[in-house]
Amino acid sequence: MSEQKQLFKVTIDNITIEVEPGTSILLAARKIGGDVTPPAMCFYSKLKGSGGKCRTCLVEVAAGSTADPRPMPKLVASCRTNVMDGMVVKSITSEKVIEARKGVVEFLLLNHPLDCPICDQAGECHLQDLSYEHGREDTRYEFQRRLFEREDIGPYIQLHMTRCILCYRCTYIADQITDTRVHGILDRGEHAQISTYISKAIDNDFSGNMIDVCPVGALTDRTFRFKNRVWFLKPVDAHRDCDKCCGRVTLWNRGNDVFRVTARKDEWGEVEDAPDGKPGWICNTCRFDKKKTSDWIIEGPRKIKRHSVISAGHYEGVKRPHETIANVMGGRQPKLLMDIHSVSEVNKPSVHLNAIEGPATGEVFEKEK
Amino acid sequence: MKLLIDKANIEGIRFYKAYRENGGYASVEKAFKMSPADIVEEIKKSGLRGRGGAGFPTGMKWSFLAKPEGVPRYLVCNADESEPGTFKDRYLMEFLPHLLIEGLIVSSFALGSNRTYIYIRGEYAWITDILEHAIAEANDNGWLGKNILGTGFDCQIYVQRGAGAYICGEETALIESLEGKRGNPRIKPPFPAIKGLWDSPTVVNNVETLAAVVPIINMGGMEYAKIGMGKSTGTKLISACGNINKPGVYEIDMTISVEEFIYSDEYCGGIPNGKRLKACIPGGSSVPILPANLLLKTAKGETRLMNYESLSDGGFATGSMMGSGGFIVLDEDQCIVRHTLTLARFYHHESCGQCSPCREGTGWMKRVLYNLEYGKGKLSDIDLLWDIQRKIEGNTICPLGDAAAWPVAAAIRHFRDEFEWHVLNPEESQVRNFGLAHYADQLETLTA
Repeated sequence: MSEQKQLFKVTIDNITIEVEPGTSILLAARKIGGDVTPPAMCFYSKLKGSGGKCRTCLVEVAAGSTADPRPMPKLVASCRTNVMDGMVVKSITSEKVIEARKGVVEFLLLNHPLDCPICDQAGECHLQDLSYEHGREDTRYEFQRRLFEREDIGPYIQLHMTRCILCYRCTYIADQITDTRVHGILDRGEHAQISTYISKAIDNDFSGNMIDVCPVGALTDRTFRFKNRVWFLKPVDAHRDCDKCCGRVTLWNRGNDVFRVTARKDEWGEVEDAPDGKPGWICNTCRFDKKKTSDWIIEGPRKIKRHSVISAGHYEGVKRPHETIANVMGGRQPKLLMDIHSVSEVNKPSVHLNAIEGPATGEVFEKEK
Repeated sequence: MKLLIDKANIEGIRFYKAYRENGGYASVEKAFKMSPADIVEEIKKSGLRGRGGAGFPTGMKWSFLAKPEGVPRYLVCNADESEPGTFKDRYLMEFLPHLLIEGLIVSSFALGSNRTYIYIRGEYAWITDILEHAIAEANDNGWLGKNILGTGFDCQIYVQRGAGAYICGEETALIESLEGKRGNPRIKPPFPAIKGLWDSPTVVNNVETLAAVVPIINMGGMEYAKIGMGKSTGTKLISACGNINKPGVYEIDMTISVEEFIYSDEYCGGIPNGKRLKACIPGGSSVPILPANLLLKTAKGETRLMNYESLSDGGFATGSMMGSGGFIVLDEDQCIVRHTLTLARFYHHESCGQCSPCREGTGWMKRVLYNLEYGKGKLSDIDLLWDIQRKIEGNTICPLGDAAAWPVAAAIRHFRDEFEWHVLNPEESQVRNFGLAHYADQLETLTA
């Protein structure tokens, strides 16, 4: 081996990490994990050229590098800014960033219909997570939201443009993993919309991956629409021999029925790599046609690492933030470290539910006090 | 002093014969005897600053251009002049097309661009014809094409029409549009000087900047730098419009005062009907608006001059910017709320929709301003507007977000009581839509 590869030292919210040159700030922060990782709505590490559009991942660069320690004048999009050696980044420790992020979340929600109760994406929606974690509780927008007609693009996918946040991910995926792209962005500004060229159907073997990359409920699986809520489904890993794709999927079961099939996603909501190192996109045959358990070889329950409601009961391998974070955040406890019992009165660990007689009522807990 | 448009009144100057007889293309002959690096050095010495709005030193921009082996370099002329209130490039291209061609040949030679593009806004259809005619004439007379003047340098100029989008005046959006794509600004870095048109190093310059190269080469950079003052060297075209007696394009050397520019008969000729000056946007619609008292004198009490430093004196709190030179004058009868609504509507319409603060925020500001203007506003709306603009500014991919936020911010900063008057007198504001006239008063009465 020749000389060792030079690593860049970057400090994000007082946590220092070494990363390879050419890594973006966002990916470096993901290596640390936890609350310091900026949220990302449009960036998708598997899609070239994505990112920079939603502005939720803005961070403050307090020092550009060791060689040039001047701070950057504006907040920068961490997904499209590469780290430099000795860079000091402030994410949740910067008032400016928190303020700007709140603003961006408010902007994203301006024209979003908030029809979560009837939206298929609810429970695994990035915008839901984002607004819970970074948004304000109310909106100051008093005007009519933009509305679009629902549109079926091809036999499998429905486009619900009203919900779209224009992250451009679906156009990138059509450019990069399919041969022909027949959809794109029409019009500009607020009226910009994803659409097909003169109502053409999207018809190619990998079009279903658009659904997986969509961070909101704008592109939904027509074979799954209104069939079930995602949090009632049990995700299991499964695979089959597929001549078109890697064939490694997550089945979403209820009882013995397979309700839907998706690619396997990691804790950032991105498709996991297949064993050959390529992103594990799956083909439409696997996604839409193989809806029987007998089509698949089940590997075991899927461990969902995201902190969305769907992973209730499936938490495993959650990366806990570093110990230093309490100092960083001024004594405030990060959400992931909080114990549910310290928040809720119910389920006090001091009350052993098996030990009480009869049903657990408020009285039981009152007595404990 | 006139360097650019001094010959504009000569009969037939639009055509090659008259242009050449009046000393045209002399700078090309002179430049081809110099080395490209010397020309860049000459531009650096001249202190020429980009005339498109940002005022970045042109010589510095040119020296940043990457020069890898085997990769073509491009010069793109930004003629997508779409800023409301700015029409100086139109005048230049319409009456002196050969001046631009001449500047482009010299600049192409300095930068090593064999294919040079003029990206012109779609609405300037007749100017496209004028430019193409001029390019054909230059070709016929050996100023363009292969082996120009026997120097072995090839150059061809192409005119590309845009499709009428303001955003395509932003240099990376312009490059995208020129490549035939949707005109969305690119995320920087990489900057166009490294990776621009078709991934090759590219310089994008404004029409006026490139035209100014001609007098710089003719008279020498040091001589050019003597005109004007401080870091504002040379002459600047100002397109004056609004409530003035003589709207039009004026060439100034940047030493005259704003007061002289508005009131002297040589320039705008004062305000019609004996009205008083209320406010002014000194550099195209994106720059902050200034009330009369801050326009004529800076906060320190000095006379404000028509140049980069003086107009931006005091920062955004009490100053503005030179911008692109779109000088819009408002007299005491104009309503600032209505005026701000007009601008907000423009930026909402022209937002490309790529990044969320600008896409959603511009529309929101427009709607809040609409309510304020039409008597449906609340006092809290003013604070809301302030908060929205603050969250757009600096958080977007390209400067359009800033350009949309600044006019609103400045209007609220300087004319807040006019907004409040609109809210508190909803009925009167619909009938007598003049706003408040006291901004036209002298500074003394305000400070006293």
